[in-house]
Amino acid sequence: MTAAPPSPPGPGLGPPGPDPAAPERPPALEAIGIVKRFPGVLANDGVDFDVRPGEVHALLGENGAGKSTLMNILAGLYRPDEGEIRVDGAPVSFGSPRDAIDAGLGMVHQHFTLVPSQTVTENILLGLRRPRFYLDAGRSEGEVARLATEFGLRVHPKAKIWQLSVGEQQRVEILKLLYRGAQILILDEPTAVLAPQEAEELFRTLRAMTDAGRSVVFISHKLTEVMAIADRVTVMRRGRVTAAGQPAAGVTKRDLAQLMVGRDIVGLYDKAPFQPGDVLLSASDVEADNDRALPALRGVSLEVRSGEIVGIAAVAGNGQAELAEVITGLRPCRGVIRIGGDVVSNRPPKHAIKAGVAHVPEDRTGVGSAPNLSVADNLIMKRFREPPVSRGWLIDDGRTRTLAEELKDEYAIAAPSVDTRARLLSGGNLQRLILGREIETRPAMMVAVQPTRGLDVGAIETVHRLLLERRDGGAGILLISEDLDEILALADRVDVMYEGRIVGSFDAQTADIQQIGLLMTGAGGDEPGDEGVAGAGDLGPAAGPDVAETEAST
Amino acid sequence: MDVTLLLAAGIATGTVLLFAAVGEIFAERSGILNLGVEGMMLMGAVAGFSTAVSTGNAWLGLALAMLAGGLISLIHAVVTIHLRADQVVSGLALTFLGTGLARVLGEGLSNAGETARMPVFSIPLLADIPIVGPVFFHDQSVLVYVGYILVPLAWFWINRTRPGLHLRAVGEAPAAADAQGINVYRTRYVYVFVGGLLAGLAGATITLAVSPGWFSDLTTGGRGWIAVGLVIFAQWSPLRAAFGAYLFGAITRFVLDVQGVQSVFGIENPFLPGRSATFLLGMLPYLLVIVVVVLGSREAARKRVGAPAALGTPYVRGERGV
Amino acid sequence: MTLRIEPRMSVPRWLSPAATILALVVALAISGGVIAFVGGDPIRSYLHIVGAAFGSVGVISDTLVKATPLLLTGLACTLAFRMRLWNIGAEGQLLLGAWGASAVVLFPLLPAGTPGFILIPAMMLAGALAGAVWGLIPGALRALLGVNEIIVTLMLNYVALLWIQFWVFGAWSEGGFQQSEQFPPEAFLPRLTDFASAVPALGGLTVHLGFLFGVGAAILVWLVLERSRWGYEIRLVGDSPEAARYAGVDIKRLIIVVFAASGALAGLAGMSEVSGVVHRLQDRFSPGYGYTAIIIAYLARYDPLKVIIASILFGALILAGREIQPSGVPAMIQGVILFCLIVADVFVRYRVRLVRTGAAAGAGAPGGSATSEA
Repeated sequence: MTAAPPSPPGPGLGPPGPDPAAPERPPALEAIGIVKRFPGVLANDGVDFDVRPGEVHALLGENGAGKSTLMNILAGLYRPDEGEIRVDGAPVSFGSPRDAIDAGLGMVHQHFTLVPSQTVTENILLGLRRPRFYLDAGRSEGEVARLATEFGLRVHPKAKIWQLSVGEQQRVEILKLLYRGAQILILDEPTAVLAPQEAEELFRTLRAMTDAGRSVVFISHKLTEVMAIADRVTVMRRGRVTAAGQPAAGVTKRDLAQLMVGRDIVGLYDKAPFQPGDVLLSASDVEADNDRALPALRGVSLEVRSGEIVGIAAVAGNGQAELAEVITGLRPCRGVIRIGGDVVSNRPPKHAIKAGVAHVPEDRTGVGSAPNLSVADNLIMKRFREPPVSRGWLIDDGRTRTLAEELKDEYAIAAPSVDTRARLLSGGNLQRLILGREIETRPAMMVAVQPTRGLDVGAIETVHRLLLERRDGGAGILLISEDLDEILALADRVDVMYEGRIVGSFDAQTADIQQIGLLMTGAGGDEPGDEGVAGAGDLGPAAGPDVAETEAST
Repeated sequence: MDVTLLLAAGIATGTVLLFAAVGEIFAERSGILNLGVEGMMLMGAVAGFSTAVSTGNAWLGLALAMLAGGLISLIHAVVTIHLRADQVVSGLALTFLGTGLARVLGEGLSNAGETARMPVFSIPLLADIPIVGPVFFHDQSVLVYVGYILVPLAWFWINRTRPGLHLRAVGEAPAAADAQGINVYRTRYVYVFVGGLLAGLAGATITLAVSPGWFSDLTTGGRGWIAVGLVIFAQWSPLRAAFGAYLFGAITRFVLDVQGVQSVFGIENPFLPGRSATFLLGMLPYLLVIVVVVLGSREAARKRVGAPAALGTPYVRGERGV
Repeated sequence: MTLRIEPRMSVPRWLSPAATILALVVALAISGGVIAFVGGDPIRSYLHIVGAAFGSVGVISDTLVKATPLLLTGLACTLAFRMRLWNIGAEGQLLLGAWGASAVVLFPLLPAGTPGFILIPAMMLAGALAGAVWGLIPGALRALLGVNEIIVTLMLNYVALLWIQFWVFGAWSEGGFQQSEQFPPEAFLPRLTDFASAVPALGGLTVHLGFLFGVGAAILVWLVLERSRWGYEIRLVGDSPEAARYAGVDIKRLIIVVFAASGALAGLAGMSEVSGVVHRLQDRFSPGYGYTAIIIAYLARYDPLKVIIASILFGALILAGREIQPSGVPAMIQGVILFCLIVADVFVRYRVRLVRTGAAAGAGAPGGSATSEA
């Protein structure tokens, strides 16, 4: 494949960096014919990729397309089974991330690699060779502060990581790379955890870096962002490159979508008419602390009615996780939460289960399933106390297996048998197991947290379909997701949370994404005449249940 | 009974716990829980003592004791770091192995009689300070002085140096450390080994300095476990560990010494040897460990400082980690 | 060259028992090396062990006698370990159980001359209760205050030892010796030899009713763990406390209850020992049954029924090991066995192979790209 065509000077938006695209100058980074196999998966199948000095090169692809694998190879975390990597034209071989960093390549992973108990400066010094022995905290903090100012990365050098917001932690990750003199920065889905306005701030920082001659590889599956920031775009699908280094100016979103998924992107779902019933869940003035004993919920009031999906839109760490936990009894709180008149707050989790609250937790492997127990054991987690699974004190093994077999078939859980350990299931299958278990009890109320995170396209569609079926079946669903698109596609109403409060409520049909984005970052408070700001919670009638369109259009 | 003498003896006894606890702090800070302290101490105790018996050289005994503790700790290291075995089970196995092996190797040593000991001396000038001098600097074993140096050194190493920074990172967030090019496995091997060296030193401190002789597995009498408990109380800080170790040393001495007193204020001492109440008094150190661990756990919960986050978890690159 | 360790997707049925047997063989080989190194004759030692433990009906009976406390304490550990509660205190709970059972006779809680069919159940109850209380302490501290149970149970072992000494050197001492007076015959658990007058072949067989208790307890614990709601909760907590909480399990209560039940089983072991074997309370009557129980539970892979077999094997080792010199050999063999089992376990759960490249990286997680893309 013609890896790096000696293209004419870059697309119109070529930055004024130092000689960005002179033909004779080799690419800052070049990967040729990369192959990487995992047991049972060909993650990268002969991938070519190149980055020029001073450009933002977007790498686009669905989950599972092999983007992260490729970048982990470039960052020295994995070794390619085949292929070559060149930096500034010279072949290199990375045995560890440190080799990559030494060659000027740094990566900001989706899951940050920071030490929570250490300070910003300590994290930045981590793994460096100098100072060799004695660490002079004051001097290093000064250096970090200077670097932060230079690139507009606001963060306090002495702060402990666990005290920082997700956005701030991302800045620390970027600072870490800059401090190491990285010339090429790889950012793995950096905006996934950011509000739209934070993302824009990040883009400004990225521009500042390319202006200074550095290169950025920007991994994403969000087309809009890619169009906004990238100079060139490479698209991957199923481990292969489907479009190599296209100038972003010359392609349309539609083209990219086609390249990415191999078909047109499916639009919004065909939803049944919105016909809410009685109030199922009502929370009034709920306050709770997070794991660090800091206030996480500061007076949340909300209602979910039967037959509706209420989406909670919020940037990570604004109390939405704690909200799910107080409703399901996993976290103590102040205030009252009722399920159909029955108080469930501050009761043991068993009480919420009995009251008919199903919970699809964010942490599938740690909370939603017991990894070393069998599929069958995992499927009875919520009903082992009741017949037919239990007979008095005993659990009926035969009936458990029958039930498990049925669920396994009904929800298409791909596993060799119901005796297979849950940890051997893929992410999508595990989520089908959890959803199957939770839905099978015909819950009146469902709390679903990040139900599709990390799943592939097919699995996402299944999950969405199952949730909508429950809604149409009369359940009330509280959908907590950091993916705004998902919320807008599924929810009937959207509540925006910021710093433990509900700062706005919208009808999903008429919601203004820009407005929601502003509220998510706490910027909405200044806006005059904003319907959601004043009444944190009093949204029942305001949400306009009479807006019931028969069909959602794309 | 003379309080300064009691305290001075307590410091010497506490030095045993100090070495073992600081060693365990290093291992646990790297994320490896090593419950085999008792076994490693016994290995050190027997290696040190038998070397001193056969060569007459206590220093050589000391070196071999540390080596013995270090080497046996490597079994735990391989099994838990590379083979990802459960650290609790492996640590228990190490205790069994160390205890059994020490008993086998120490067969017949009980009758060894007088042997070489580590030198005892006073520090000029410092020994003359009132109260402090007689307690800390008068006629103490050289190992006690080593303890005084070790504590600040260990603290400095952990909190103010690059290797210490990396040690803490490996124990708190191995994935993050790995991503920065720190060799998680090597770091853990090194500090488990250091823990073994210090446990061996602790064992030798018993047999070559504090209470010379070999009494089979009663030589340590559970002090390895007390050290593990102290680490929780110390919240993984060498400074607090020193405080706890010396305190326990003093209490242990007190329990022993109180049996030597005939009567107090004319009341006959109920704790004379042979009196069954002695056994109730003997429970004191063990009960105190429980109290101290409870207090330590409470405080840790309140201040939200706890065990190194990755303690007890094997690190596997690419797996969902801490 | 680097070690690459990948989880097995499926474990063949034969692999686990094969690995266990191989581990035992390797452990004996290693221990043999050490015995030879210190001047012993490993082959003779092992032959001696086999002969002394299984050579005749009489010694098999003796082996079962030694296996009895191991069986009950092994079950105590199994129950707790299934929930990943590290009850290292079976030894102390056994001692307290022995004390509790003795108290019925020695205080006496029941008047002298109480018939056996009342006395024995009373002693069992007292022993189990005392053991349960001793287990309750670390259980409650762990559940309510989050205190590390390993340290507490260990310390309580030492305290229990001193507690026994306090009584047998003091109030219950028989003429200043470190033991109590002998129990009345009504307090003895029936032995096979007691029926020698009817069936002469049973003469000299010391195995007592305690062994049957043990087998019964094993079946009961198996039923509880594998077939009851309570056991399901225990297994759930043992695998993932977070998932258990999510499933509505009251973890704190479960910790306390399991610890008490575990202590009761160990306490029963103590009762069976004083009532079935020693017939009095004495200092150091246990050669560390409660510690060996840890290895037994692990060897049996926390399966109550396999604990029966494992405890017989270790009963043999302890019985025959008494005569082996140097005296530390059985303890050492136990340690070596435990390590070999741990290593064998790794080979069962993971595929371990040497890879030629120097790649430290790339030990892909299960599901390969799924995790790397997550």
